[in-house]
Amino acid sequence: MKIDELNRESEMIYSGHNACPGCGAALAVRYLTRALGTNLAVVLTASCWSIIAGMPPFTALKCPVLHCPFPSAGSVGSGLKRGLNAKGLQDTTVIVLAGDGGTFDIGLQSLSGAAQRNEDYIFVCYDNEAYMNTGMQSSSATPYGALTNTAPYPLFKEGQKKDIMQIMAAHGIPYAATATVAFPEDMEEKLKKAKEISGFRFIHILSPCPPGWGTESSDTIHLSRLAVATGFFPLYEVRNGVNWKMTVPTDEKRIPLNDYLSGQRRFKKMDEPRRQILQKEIDRDWESLMKRVNNSK
Amino acid sequence: MPFELISGSQAVAIAVQRVGVDLVAAYPITPQTAIVETLASIDAKGELGGEFVSVESEYAALAFCKGAAAAGARVFTATSSHGLAYMHEMIHWCSGARLPIVMVNVNRAIGAPWCLDPDQGDSLSQRDTGWLQIYCSSAQEVFDTVLQAFALSEELLLPSMVIYDGFYISHTYEAVDVPEKQIVRRFIGPPVFPAQVKPGSLGNLHGLTTSETQLGLIRRRHEDMLRAPALFDQINDRFAQIFGRRYKVIDSVIPPGSKTVILTVGATAETVRWCLPKLKDIGLIQLRMFRPFPAERLGSLLKAHEVERVVVIDRNCSVGMGGIFAQELRAAIYGMTNPPAVDDLILAGGVDLTVKMLENMLDSRSAESRVGQKWGTDLQ
Repeated sequence: MKIDELNRESEMIYSGHNACPGCGAALAVRYLTRALGTNLAVVLTASCWSIIAGMPPFTALKCPVLHCPFPSAGSVGSGLKRGLNAKGLQDTTVIVLAGDGGTFDIGLQSLSGAAQRNEDYIFVCYDNEAYMNTGMQSSSATPYGALTNTAPYPLFKEGQKKDIMQIMAAHGIPYAATATVAFPEDMEEKLKKAKEISGFRFIHILSPCPPGWGTESSDTIHLSRLAVATGFFPLYEVRNGVNWKMTVPTDEKRIPLNDYLSGQRRFKKMDEPRRQILQKEIDRDWESLMKRVNNSK
Repeated sequence: MPFELISGSQAVAIAVQRVGVDLVAAYPITPQTAIVETLASIDAKGELGGEFVSVESEYAALAFCKGAAAAGARVFTATSSHGLAYMHEMIHWCSGARLPIVMVNVNRAIGAPWCLDPDQGDSLSQRDTGWLQIYCSSAQEVFDTVLQAFALSEELLLPSMVIYDGFYISHTYEAVDVPEKQIVRRFIGPPVFPAQVKPGSLGNLHGLTTSETQLGLIRRRHEDMLRAPALFDQINDRFAQIFGRRYKVIDSVIPPGSKTVILTVGATAETVRWCLPKLKDIGLIQLRMFRPFPAERLGSLLKAHEVERVVVIDRNCSVGMGGIFAQELRAAIYGMTNPPAVDDLILAGGVDLTVKMLENMLDSRSAESRVGQKWGTDLQ
């Protein structure tokens, strides 16, 4: 996409927001809101975006933003959508925006409840793989072997990253998809599809965090692309929990995971055995995903 | 008007149907369950008039209410005990966000260990959260207070908690005057409070702010809540015109010459009221509104009757301090000329008040200059 092809009129994010340079989450929201039109209302749970949105009366988004406590996003979104319906405002698209903490960890119960009820809104998780707003502490989205401030050297993060997409698919929701800022057309297309579907929709966006991951702000797009090419973060969609489909083809011979890890400070001290464990985990998850994709054909 | 034989909890559900809400968020807990079940059965008959949504926790129920009320919808939920404790963070948020949510709490003890009796520690643990708290003593009062709570909350833009004792009121069947919907509509119409989320406009609602701004917002909330007693009286003027009955912020029965009064709330006040004819020269003060605390009215009442001793019956205990209603009373009368002595009968755990217990408590003073705290089980 060329820069002058962007439809700036429909962009819902103002310049001058509070995100760090190179923030994947700021870019992600820019792309996703562009796909959804202007009749939006955003529920924002405790996360980096609580800060990026600015201090009232200032605002970074050209639509109403309703802040809410950390575990509550899924439920507040449910109430807001049904409340707007009760007021005759059925046409407003409600987006719930949460980080990985507000999705994988403390927000999982309200997310699961809303998905089970098939609430009619779009839940967007921008996943920077740790509690970045509080200064990089481990979450259940932090990859195995990463260093965080609650898993400092020589501890390393234990346990595998929670597979949130399988969890959401298991709810049988009409639409779930992964996306990255390296593939904005893919993201936009998925959001457009999501907008046309009613019921619960879940978008999982990998969101590089330069200060947390220890990368250059100019690396965000490159890293997002490597995450896809290594199979660390494949791009796909799931319909009704059973119909799995790749949206951006990844070569079966994925490039080695080390190519993705090596540019990031959080993986710098990771030893070879740990790298192999993580590579195996990614290989296993890739094969499992391919089975689901092939079974859906 | 039609009287029905219903429980306190059924009274809540019918009152909610009569008021007309957009959304009910429901999650069960003993002894609140009859409220959500009755609402579900009303919904099953197609008579709720709004949506009934079963959610995944009490926390979710109030979070759901927050989202819906932010859109300008009229919402209701109910809980008890652990459910209320689990909601704690959202309870603060709903008040800070100035959302006129009405919630019923049926008093029940909080563990450990498990205990189902009507200790008031659940609602009193939430006294500092910025919600109005009104304690009810009968099924009729419960029905009427739910109607009034919506009117109060939507005028003040503050949430209300309507509170009553588990089992003694929640499960006891009483004859309740249940007016038809069109009559209730004369008292309270559809919601007209402003929506906060207005699609098509900007609004960074409840985002990060400074301590100075927060101070100003808390002050405004405090000052608005202090308007509640006068507004309660006005609402009851209107209520009395339509329904022929009214309630006071503080109800009292103080026979002339009574120097000792018993102060309590909820079902316990009804027990004391029943005992009064048997007790010599003893009065009763039933505190109905607890937040805001009607300190001035209480002080004036005690002064006017030259009360020398107040026996507070606290079905709660702030461990390390004592009964909470007694503490609030002591704070309210501090600095008063010739303040009454305050004695505290603690029935924490939800212990039932017996006549013998009450008589022993009232007599205990003759042996000591000041009784202070007494534990109910010591007086049986």
